[in-house]
This record gives sequence, C-alpha cells and structure tokens, in this order.
Amino acid sequence: MHELGVTENIVNIASTKAGEAQANKVIKINLVVGELSGFVPDCIQFYFDSLSRDTVAQGAVLHFESVPAELRCRDCSTVFRPQDTLWSCPECGGRSIEIFKGRELYIESMEVE
Amino acid sequence: MKRIEVIQNVLEANDTIANRNRQLLDKHRIFVINIMSAPGAGKTSLILQTLARLKGKLNIAVIEGDVASTVDAEKVQSKAKVVVQINTRNMPESCSLMAAMIESALKDMPLDDIGLILIENVGNLICPAEFTLGEHRRVVISSLPEGDDKPIKYPLIFVDADAVIINKMDLLPHVDFDIAAFRRSITGLNPKVEVFQLSCKTGEGVERWCSWILEQVKTNVVKR
Repeated sequence: MHELGVTENIVNIASTKAGEAQANKVIKINLVVGELSGFVPDCIQFYFDSLSRDTVAQGAVLHFESVPAELRCRDCSTVFRPQDTLWSCPECGGRSIEIFKGRELYIESMEVE
Repeated sequence: MKRIEVIQNVLEANDTIANRNRQLLDKHRIFVINIMSAPGAGKTSLILQTLARLKGKLNIAVIEGDVASTVDAEKVQSKAKVVVQINTRNMPESCSLMAAMIESALKDMPLDDIGLILIENVGNLICPAEFTLGEHRRVVISSLPEGDDKPIKYPLIFVDADAVIINKMDLLPHVDFDIAAFRRSITGLNPKVEVFQLSCKTGEGVERWCSWILEQVKTNVVKR
C-alpha cells in the first residue's frame, strides 16, 4: 500500500535518466529490493503499469533482484542469515543484532534505446 | 539498446525533503518527535497527556496524520498551540506520513512561536518505518493488548526508534504480556533505545516520559 509514492519516484528517475541518455524508450529497469524492506514487487509492478502510461518508461519491464536479509551480531561480529523470526547469533547465541543487508530499495541500472 | 548505470535510492526524493524540513526546523529551533504505533496503541492519548504536563514549559504544536477524519485533531485542538490535520486518503501514501506532507503542514504553522512539534503518524507499524520526515526523534508505542511479539514481527520500526513506550500498563494483570521478553527483543535490535513503561489512562509513568522530552529539547536545541 505504500508502493504508490515509491513507484512514482521510480517512473521519475527512469524518465530523467532516459532523458539524460537521449533515449526514446526505456526497455527494462533493474531494481534491487531488500528482503526486509516493506516493498512488494508485485505491488510496484501494478502501480508502474498505470503510472508509466504516456511516459518514456511505458511498457518497460521491471526486473527485481531480491537482496536476502543478513544480520550481524554486535557481540562477536558474525554475519548470518536469519533462520527464524527470533533473531539470535548462531555462533555465540547473542541477541544484540543489527541489520547488515536487506533494507535496500534502489534502481541499479536501466536498458534504453 | 544500451545499458545505463543508475544506482539511485528510490527513497531519495523523500529523504531530500526530510533534510529540507530538518534544516527549516533547526533554523527555527523547533524540536520534532515522530510518534508511531499500530492503531489504538495510544498515540492521541499520549499526546494529550504530554500537552497537559508540558503546558507552560513549551509551546507545543501537533500534526495529526490520519487516513480520514479530524477526530484526533478535535480532541487535541483546545490543548495545543497549533493543530494541523493531514488526511492521507487522497495522497500518494495513505498508510504513512511522508516528508512532503510535513513540508506543506509547516507552511501553515507559526514557526517562531513553536518549541516542540509532536507528529502523530498514521496508525501502522510497517509503512512509517520507511519514511523519515525530518524529525529529531522517532518514538514507537506498543500497548499491552497488542502482545509482546511486535518487535519480532515488525523489526524495522523498532530498529530505528529512539524511544519505545509500553502503554496501557494498567492492563498488566489482565493480559499475557511478558515485559522482560519485550524489552529483550527491542534492546537486542536497538541497544541505545530508551524504554518507558506508562499508562495514559492512570498517568503513571508519564512524568518520566515528559522529563525525557524536556531533556532532549534542552540538549538538542540551542536557546535563543
């Protein structure tokens, strides 16, 4: 539900970058979405189809690369993938955990012509 | 066909406006607290308690964010210096306040007469975690009837919080809420977080929360 504003930004960024590259059409937008970010690719795609209408990005394919969550133990610095919803360090059992990867949401690259 | 590198954060547009809000607020020496929680956890009640106790100590404005209605703004109206209601129903995000909404709300406020702004975000534990508004402190309220597992289910909002309030402490005898387990979950995610246990109904514990606000304002806002 909070994907609408975010998708507006995606269309804006894609249009600006396409303009800079003097492209007439955006073919593909490669997005990187972290597993822990609250953004749902299907939802972004849904809004994109209507928001991109009559823009240079109309008809572009959205490709989503998901970044798996990685956590880091603050006690022993071990980086690990969360195995369940209770975040604890598999090495030392520590419960003081920070998010190392998985909150990303960015446009990595685009294909234009 | 050619490939162009972009590497641009999609949330950058919001962050840029949030930074602009922060500069404006700092220029006017206004301290801002973004209050987030699930619906019904007690955001409005906490704001009413805070307004009552800090009366005469700080000029407080309130920004109310709701999908629809002015119910909360009406409750707060007579107690605050200024109240601005933002209805998100027709905005690009209906589930959270965003920096641009705060930017336009600030335009309607007498900034030189305000020392503290309490922002009541839309009741939601997911979306507000993604959007900064230009605030100085992020506060999350969890109330006992919601259960002690919320930091495990919705970690992001707790990871970035400066303070977490456990509200409705008066209900402790009636609900299964393990305070120690809840505190362990949030301090694990966020070791520096300040935790308050209080009841907006009885007023118990609210004083400590208000002292914390005064201390934050004092140490972060240079006096004129």
